[in-house]
Parts: sequence; C-alpha cells; structure tokens
Amino acid sequence: MKKYLSFFRLRFTMGLQYRAAALAGIATQFFWGAMEILVFRAFYSADAGNFPMEFSAMVSYVWLQQAFLAFFSVWMLENEIFDTIMNGNIAYELCRPIDIYNMWFSRSIANRISRAVLRCFPILIIAALLPEPYGMSLPADIMHFIIFLITLILGLAVMVAFCMLIYVITFFTISPNGVRAILTSATEFLSGAIIPLPFFPRSIQRVLESLPFAAMQNVPLRIYSGNLTGAEMTWAVILQVFWLMVLVTGGKMLCAHAVRRATVQGG
Amino acid sequence: MITMENVCKSYKVAKRNAGFLEACKALFSREYEEIHALDNVSFTIRDGEMVGYIGPNGAGKSSTIKILSGILTPDSGTCLIDGRVPWKDRIRHVKEIGVVFGQRSQLWWDVPVIDSFELLKDIYSIPEQVYRSNLEELTDLLNLGELLRSPARQLSLGQRMRCEIAASLLHSPKILFLDEPTIGLDAVSKLAVRDFIKKQNETHGTTVILTTHDMQDIEALTNRIILIGKGRILMDGTINDIKQNDLTIDETVAQLYRSYEI
Repeated sequence: MKKYLSFFRLRFTMGLQYRAAALAGIATQFFWGAMEILVFRAFYSADAGNFPMEFSAMVSYVWLQQAFLAFFSVWMLENEIFDTIMNGNIAYELCRPIDIYNMWFSRSIANRISRAVLRCFPILIIAALLPEPYGMSLPADIMHFIIFLITLILGLAVMVAFCMLIYVITFFTISPNGVRAILTSATEFLSGAIIPLPFFPRSIQRVLESLPFAAMQNVPLRIYSGNLTGAEMTWAVILQVFWLMVLVTGGKMLCAHAVRRATVQGG
Repeated sequence: MITMENVCKSYKVAKRNAGFLEACKALFSREYEEIHALDNVSFTIRDGEMVGYIGPNGAGKSSTIKILSGILTPDSGTCLIDGRVPWKDRIRHVKEIGVVFGQRSQLWWDVPVIDSFELLKDIYSIPEQVYRSNLEELTDLLNLGELLRSPARQLSLGQRMRCEIAASLLHSPKILFLDEPTIGLDAVSKLAVRDFIKKQNETHGTTVILTTHDMQDIEALTNRIILIGKGRILMDGTINDIKQNDLTIDETVAQLYRSYEI
C-alpha cells in the first residue's frame, strides 16, 4: 500500500508545480461557467416552469462542474502513460515489484486531485460571493453535504477506472487516438458534462442514469444542488459502487491479459 | 543461478513496400512476417559471474534480457532464475534484479533525481538504513553529488545514465541486467561506469549480464562471452577463444560475425 501512496505523493507534488497552468485553468473555467449560466438564464427567462431543474440548482451544478473539472473530464488523460506504452518505456514499469493497474490508478487519481486542489478553491470562493441568482447556494443540509463528498470521491474513482480502460486498450491498438476520440466525446455527452442529465427526455434519461457514465459527475453535482434526493439518491449511490467494481475488475482482467501478451515497442 | 532452456520467441511484423499504391493495397490485405527473435536459446550462468552477451543489431539480445527480467513471455521453453520463472512470478522476481536499459529512462522527467530515488525506495520497500548506505556508496562511486538535486530533464546523457545505473542498484539486487549501459557516454563516464560495475561484482558478488556493442566494455569487464545471431546462440566461450593476435577486438568481433554470416 505504501508503494502506491508514495506514487500518489510524487505525482501530486509534481502536479502542484505547474502554477501558470492552474491560473490559466481558473480563468478559463470561470468564464466558461459564467457563459453557460448566462445562456441558461436566457432559456429560463422564457419559461422557467418548463425546466426539470431549478435555476439555482442549475447554477450550483455549473459552478461545481467547473471547480471540479479536473475530476470529471475524460479528456484529462495522462499522456505519459500513453507514451510509455507507445515508445516501450513500459519495460521499466514492468520490472518493478508493483502492480501496473494499481500504479497507474493511484497516479491518475493523484494527478486529478492535484489539478483540482489548485483550481477549485478560487472558483468556489468567487462563485459563493456572486449575487443571487448567479452565485452558488449552500447545500440543503449537512447530511447532503457529507453524501455529496462521498459521491464526489466515488465519482472520481469511477472516472479514473474508466480512463484505465482507455490506457489498457492502447496496449492492443498502440495508437490511443481513435479510442480516445470516440470515448471522450461519448462520455462528455452521456455523463452530463454538456447538459445535465435531467434535461434529456424522460425515457432517455432513465437509460442514461443506469449507465456507468452517470456514476461520474451526475450523482455528486445533483446531490449537492438538491436535484437528487431520497430513494433515487440511494439508488444512484449503489449504482456508483456497482460500476466502480465492474470497471475495476474488468480493467484489471484486461490489463493482466495485455501485460502477458505485451510487446515492448522500439527494441 | 540462471538457466534458460530452448527458449523461443517470435514477433509478427507487418511489412509492405514503399509508396502510395502499396499503402492502399495494405489496407485490404496485410502481409505479416514472423520474426524469430529467439530460436532455441539455452545457457546457464552461475552466481557471481559476469557475462558479455554480444551479437549484431537485431540478434535477440534485448529480447533475452526482457525475458530474463520478466517483461516478456516466451512462446516456448523454460527459464529459471534462483528457482523462479520470471514472467509467472514477476513481482517476486523483479525485487531481486536490477535492470538498466541504456536507451530508456526510468527517472521522472520533471522532478529532481532524488525524488525518483525516494520513490524507488518505497516501491522496493528498501529499509531506511540500507537505502542510506546504498545511496551514499552509489553517490560516491558514480560521482552523483551535484546531480541528485537537479531535474532529470536537465541532465546530460552521461550524467543521466550514471543516475539510471544508481537507480537500478538502490535495492541491492543480486542480479544485474545491463542493456547497453555505456551508450552515448564520454570516456570519463565510461571508465567510471565500468569500474563501478566491476566493483559491484567483486564486493557484492552481483551476477552481471551485459549487452553492448562496445567491445572495450566486454574486454574490461567480462571473461565469458555468449554470442547470439539471428536468435541462436552461436558461441559460448571466453574472450581468449576468439582473440587473434594481429587484430583489434573490434576487428576480431567483425570477423566473428562474418564467419557466422550474421
């Protein structure tokens, strides 16, 4: 366990040293969030009753999404992992007394957390200070907030487990580009990164909510904003745990198979 | 003790001729060629031996090293290292070995070298005491003092290679595989590295298997030479067996390659 923790630590401290990237990220995400909220504002002012989420819930959803972008963006994959597979540096990783899957998993988690830590606080603080109705509201009660935190971590784990599949598939395809392009755009759409899942037609929403993509940002962000409560919430958390187990088990099996038939590229 | 018996490994390689038409043709039917990287390779190496593993480019040297270090699984044949099958018992096996791939880097690019070392300490669960004394010894012998605090990306090739070698020895491995460790080194670094490897072998009894194209490395370090060509072991003997008086070592080896038509 200590091995994976120190992997986590090194990746985490490495992530913290990119200050300029963090500043640029904060600015981009702040403006992106503001634009999105203004667009929704325009729609809501036409007929607020027709929308599945309250405007204030919508605003909190957007700000949290921007603050934790590093948790839930599929496209924030680690190029270094693809590189080790493509250029054969995987040879060194394989001659360590360490499980490849766990190693990459802990390093991806560390990477995403270090990015989020640098970016989330300024965005959250500004969003909290903004005037009604553009600012972020507090969660309904402390219980909801705790469940939000738990599902946030679960969502991150599901996201990383999903990315692990993309890394492992690269063992077979060598070039990650194709898989990457398809899976990133599909995930963005299906996970509620572009528009929240409640905005989909009811029947489609039902299907989407049972997919692993909904176990990423959809659950924590909607719990925080109070859009997901009661039995629906419990069910969503159970699904998160279920998908996490499925993705990790599947990923580990595929990874073991890939390593056995691995060829090291480039001599 | 290392024993390899009748190990075979082949790769499937897609081949086509140059040009646009050929590329279009390859869209529909692709020609694969089976490359026999290793063809019935067998040898035995005793504890504490230093062996030079030589052969022309593409002979199968690196494939052998990768099988010995548990990275690749051979198609057939057996391999036992101190009672372990490397690819089946990978994690337990790699704890006991050190590997240096001269063409690759194991150091983290963006952080000081010492951070990579600390990580290796945790990965191999090296006790603090052992780590301290090994680090001190390696720093001293390989002259790393100034390098440890700089990021790996800002080191020159020779400086980096010295750090790479140190990184592979922090956990006091019993067996050391060196795949072209002196590639791109200047004269001073080369001598330092050779000296160092020799000392490791003398004082710690480390078994060393070395592949290189630099025959001076072989001459300085090893007595026993295993020659591989086209995936087959062609000769297993000492440097004196092949040495001819009027030729330099490089000419001798070139002569040897020619006589085997490899």
